[in-house]
Amino acid sequence: MNEQALLGLADDELVLGWRDSEWTGIAPLLEEDVAFSSIAQNEIGHARAVYSLLSDDPDALAFDRALEEYRCAPLVELHVLEWAHTIARRWLYEVADEIRITTLKDDSDPAVAGLAAKIDREEAYHRMHAEMWHERLRDEPRFEAAVEELWPYALGVLPPELRGELVSRVGLAEVEAIERGTHTEELAPLWEEMTLVRRSAPAGAQW
Amino acid sequence: MAAVEIPRDEQAFLEYVQGGGQVETTDWMPDDYRAKLIKFIEMHGNSELMGVLPEREWILRAPTLQRKLALTAKVQDEVGHAQLIYRVVEDLGKPREQCLADLVDGKAKFHNVFHYPTLSWGDVGVIAWLVDAAAIISQKALLKCSYAPYARIMKKICWEESFHILHGRDVILAMVTGTPEQFELVQEALDRWWGPLMQFHGNPIPSDEDPMYRWRIKSQGNGEARQQFLDGYVPQIWELGLTVPDPKLRKRDDGDWEFSEPDWDELKHVVTGHGPKTEERLAFRRRFLEQEQWVRDAVLAA
Amino acid sequence: MSVWEVFRRERKGQPLEHAGSVEAPDANFAEAWAREQYGRRGESVALWLVPRDAIRDVEDWADEFDLKYRRVDGYSIKARLKEARERAGTAGPG
Repeated sequence: MNEQALLGLADDELVLGWRDSEWTGIAPLLEEDVAFSSIAQNEIGHARAVYSLLSDDPDALAFDRALEEYRCAPLVELHVLEWAHTIARRWLYEVADEIRITTLKDDSDPAVAGLAAKIDREEAYHRMHAEMWHERLRDEPRFEAAVEELWPYALGVLPPELRGELVSRVGLAEVEAIERGTHTEELAPLWEEMTLVRRSAPAGAQW
Repeated sequence: MAAVEIPRDEQAFLEYVQGGGQVETTDWMPDDYRAKLIKFIEMHGNSELMGVLPEREWILRAPTLQRKLALTAKVQDEVGHAQLIYRVVEDLGKPREQCLADLVDGKAKFHNVFHYPTLSWGDVGVIAWLVDAAAIISQKALLKCSYAPYARIMKKICWEESFHILHGRDVILAMVTGTPEQFELVQEALDRWWGPLMQFHGNPIPSDEDPMYRWRIKSQGNGEARQQFLDGYVPQIWELGLTVPDPKLRKRDDGDWEFSEPDWDELKHVVTGHGPKTEERLAFRRRFLEQEQWVRDAVLAA
Repeated sequence: MSVWEVFRRERKGQPLEHAGSVEAPDANFAEAWAREQYGRRGESVALWLVPRDAIRDVEDWADEFDLKYRRVDGYSIKARLKEARERAGTAGPG
């Protein structure tokens, strides 16, 4: 897998992890709040691990790039602090990510393949969690609506050659994907807040 | 050994708990004991939950991945503590939904420190280091609570809190050895938080007038807790070159700390729901509680 | 929603101990949430989840007659031992 694609994976996990951590303290049930927080932490951890493959300074990659240099998919940028959309996104992302990780496990670079295997093992729990909620909410009209709304974005997480697999797993007809490469309006305010403290001190300051 | 039968008489029960006796969920207990217990433990649960909000915004702004992970884990623990605590309250007879409803309606209390704003990354360090330290002193004393289910969860809570203080101190140390501006950020935060910290353990009531102490729900007086806090943490503050905004603060020859009388009016004003951030935070909670009622309904429809 | 009691084993070789409870709509949610509350820090090697309804609580015991004969505290041998030693001449000084 090439560096740009790896950066895309890392940025997806960073931004989704950041979005998921917005639920800290305000999830619908306390038990779920705790569980969801672990998922957010794992995602940040995955981002950090992939950044570490690409650079000696993972924090610099995470925080110090210009907005246009981030390679995340539009799906993860969306600000959806509402449970139906949050679970819809989690579920769609997990299905897409599993497809992506599976190909990464066969990567010619052993460091990449090894890391993909580790991520895959941790993701098993995320998938179980997403499936559990999907089962529970699938008959709720607002959940079905959220999945349909986010579907074009979900397709954009994967390169075109992998989308067929996503279509068959999710069971929705393929539509025009919202492609990776352009950012939504939501990324800029996220980036502002994410880097607020970091930018308050000179580059290289310790925290 | 014959099983201990808890006497169904308030005076005998009082002697039982004052003699170190432990009470389980299904034991007989005086109505007053149960009522005081629920109120005390509920306030603790509310505090853990409300404590999340001042820290939550800084999770989103954490300046390194490690700090973001650590802060997320710390706050996660606090939500977890709320879960443990509300389960105990529920088994005593007050459902969690009722506790949460009372909280957002402003009918229930939570600790003073969570009514104040957090203004900088310096606050993040001060809270994790010193607010958590003040809390853990109370929590360690609660390990001896006469009500056993609560004492047992305190064990788990204290175990989890141990990393919070270390994380807080690490955040502070990074800043006080960083740029002059970072040092100032810490000092400024400390100047703002000192008042609430000194009020945290509550005004000193003589033990025999404190119903929580009589029932051995609390095993430590407020004044004693405060002294422990000062003894443990003022030296840690001073050794970093930070100052405490109280000119009267000093350790006497007899080992006790002298300090300016905390503002008890401010404490009362704040915990009765008039803190600078009280309304905003309760409204934030209320908004999400209402927004997600449908989720709880969907989940309940087993 | 029902309550599930959680038992945890900290390390191999340790007994399962009651750790607390979670409220959940079904076994899957109970598992997911109990894993978090009682295992996210690697503090448990095993969990048992039991619906509270499945637990039979036993707390009352009859102890009407003196059954000390079958417990250690039912035996006080000090005085007789002293007498026996004196008789055998094996009693120590004092």
